[in-house]
Amino acid sequence: MGHYSWFTHFDLVHYDHIIGALIVFVLLFLAAKKVQSNISKPESVIPGEKLSLTNVFEILSIDFLLNLLAGIFGSKKAAKTYFPLLATSFFVILFSNILGLLPGFLPPTGNFNTTLAYALVIFFMYNYYGIKENGWGYLKHFLGPMIYLAPLMIVIEVISHLVRPLSLSLRLFWNMTGDHLVLGIFTDLTHIIIPVLFIGLGLFVSFLQAFIFTILSSIYISLSIAHEH
Amino acid sequence: MNKLFAFMSVMVLAVLAMIAPEVFAEGGEAVAGAGQAASDGGLGKMGLAIGAGLGIGMAAGIAGIGQGLATAGALNGIARNPGAASKIQTPMIIGLALIESLVIYALAITFLLQAKI
Repeated sequence: MGHYSWFTHFDLVHYDHIIGALIVFVLLFLAAKKVQSNISKPESVIPGEKLSLTNVFEILSIDFLLNLLAGIFGSKKAAKTYFPLLATSFFVILFSNILGLLPGFLPPTGNFNTTLAYALVIFFMYNYYGIKENGWGYLKHFLGPMIYLAPLMIVIEVISHLVRPLSLSLRLFWNMTGDHLVLGIFTDLTHIIIPVLFIGLGLFVSFLQAFIFTILSSIYISLSIAHEH
Repeated sequence: MNKLFAFMSVMVLAVLAMIAPEVFAEGGEAVAGAGQAASDGGLGKMGLAIGAGLGIGMAAGIAGIGQGLATAGALNGIARNPGAASKIQTPMIIGLALIESLVIYALAITFLLQAKI
C-alpha cells in the first residue's frame, strides 16, 4: 500500500521528514512573530473576544502548560525556568503530528530519526539541568539508597536512564506510524465516511502524544533537579 | 563552566545526529538478509506469522485489562469526590498513555516480524 504525498512529485520521498520538520519550524516561527507583535500592543491586556492566533497560543501555553508544569515542579518560578524547552517541544511535536493529518503530507515524527533527535535533546538537557542544579552530587542519584548496593544500583540506574530517550522516541514514532497505517487501511476498506472517524482519532492521538512527551520530559527534569536530603 | 557544557552537549548531539542515519542503514540490510532465510521454509513462515499475531493480540488484551483497572480507579475517585474530577483526570490520562506505550513496543516487534514473512 503505497503512500502518495506531494514529495513523490519532486522525487524527494527520502527527505520527507526533513522537509516536513522545516515546514513546521518555519510555520511556528512565523506564528510566534505574529503573536509577539500582537502582545506588544498596549490594548492586548484585555483578552480578545474571538478565536484568534494569540488566544490559541495563550490558552495552550499559559493556561494549560504553565499550570501543568507548575503542578509538577512545585512552584511557578521553577516552571518558568524550564518552560522554554518544554513548551517548544510540546508545540513542535504537536504541529509535526498534525501536519500528518493533512492529505498528502507525512508527519515528520513518523520517522524514527526525528523522534530520536527530539528525545536525545531532552536526555542531554535533563542531565545538564541535573548537573547545573546539584553540581557533581547529581551522580549520587546513580548510587542508590545505600553505598553497599552501589555496584548493582549503578547498572540498574544506567540502564533505566538509557531506556528513557529510547522509550520517548519509540512511543512517539510508533504512535504516529501506527495511526497513519490504520488510517490507510481503513481508507482502503471503506472509502467514504468511516475514515473521518480515524482522522478524529489521529487528532486526539497527536495531541495526547505531544502532551505525554512534554509531561514525561518535565518529570525527568524534576527528578534530576530534586535535592538530596 | 555552563558555556562549556552547552557547547559540549551541542557537539555530541551533532555527532550523534550524523551517525544515526548510517546506523539505520545497517539495520535495513540485516533485516533484508534474514528475510530471505525465513522465506525458504514454510515452517519458518508459519512461526513468524503465529508469533506476530499472537504477540500483538496478547499485548493488546492484557493492556485492555490494565487500562480498565486504571480507569476504574479514576472513576472511583471521581465518584467519591466529584469536585476533584479535573485533578484526577490528568494523572489518569498519563497512566493510560504509559500503559498504551507498552502495547506500542509489542506492535513494533510485530511489525518487524511481519516484514520478514
